[in-house]
Amino acid sequence: MKSNFLRGMRDGIPIALGYLSVSFGFGILAVQSGLSVFQSSAISASNLTSAGQIAGVGVIAAGGTLLEMILVQLVINIRYSLMALSLSQKLDKSFTTPHRLLASYGITDEIFAVCSTQQGSITPAYMYGMILIAMAGWVLGTFLGASAGEVLPDAVSSAMGIVLYGMFLAIIIPPSRKKKSVLFVTVIAAMLSILFKYVLTMISGGFAVIICAIAAAGLGALLFPVSDEEEEAGE
Amino acid sequence: MTVAVYIIVMAVTTYIIRMVPFTFFRKKIESRFVRSFLKYIPYAVLSAMTIPAIFSSTGNVVTSVVGTVVAVVLAFFDQPLIVVALAASLAAFLTGFIV
Repeated sequence: MKSNFLRGMRDGIPIALGYLSVSFGFGILAVQSGLSVFQSSAISASNLTSAGQIAGVGVIAAGGTLLEMILVQLVINIRYSLMALSLSQKLDKSFTTPHRLLASYGITDEIFAVCSTQQGSITPAYMYGMILIAMAGWVLGTFLGASAGEVLPDAVSSAMGIVLYGMFLAIIIPPSRKKKSVLFVTVIAAMLSILFKYVLTMISGGFAVIICAIAAAGLGALLFPVSDEEEEAGE
Repeated sequence: MTVAVYIIVMAVTTYIIRMVPFTFFRKKIESRFVRSFLKYIPYAVLSAMTIPAIFSSTGNVVTSVVGTVVAVVLAFFDQPLIVVALAASLAAFLTGFIV
């Protein structure tokens, strides 16, 4: 139990470091939009999501309606439903309803990525360790960014912008090297993503990710359906 | 409307999106297609989020590309997540002094 928690924390360190830099930028932005340091930090602690929070602060600053707030969060964060569904297939037997109610708070892109590519099933302790350290990084970064805009020199904070993406590559490249099916999915998703970024620019970033992911994973599932033995063996 | 109300609505909406499928979906999915789809989703999401965004992640194309190359090479040789992530950042940081 305890070692699972510590393992979760260890695997969460790169996530926390990445969050620290990204949320630093969020903190600066939130204060510029008229929120206090406390409000900015409260948003980060209660939401634990990047794109959704930035859009949410925009709604608050513009004095939008609550309905608008709900719709914006739904559209931007609906990908978490897919991730939660996918992850629900990987949970250990010890993951009872109270654990699920608690741990679902911490399903972010990065935590999902690390958990879903683990070998074997996921225990509550493992997820709690990861969520705890990731949340600490996210809230601390927001607090620092909101309270002291220029704590970090520019060269450091901009170089930290690549941390999360570097971690994503570390997750997708090894299985892509070993499995043709995963390579196919990642290449299709990347090509579609480039298409949306430079050609189909009228589609917002949140929607683009949803479409790329569904198309690439759907094609992959059609062309390379997984066998039962393969699933048992994990990656 | 106070900011607190916005924050609560925002947090509750985001929580429900995550909580409902995570908590109430217990059955093992039978469909081979759906199981394959869910297995590929994380790789597809991460790939689409990383490319091309990584090339502008530091605010400078040259330092981003150098960081990306370092990350790709280290990831190819199965290095741990934190090593890949921090090495990419360090490479971008050091390149920043040259360009």
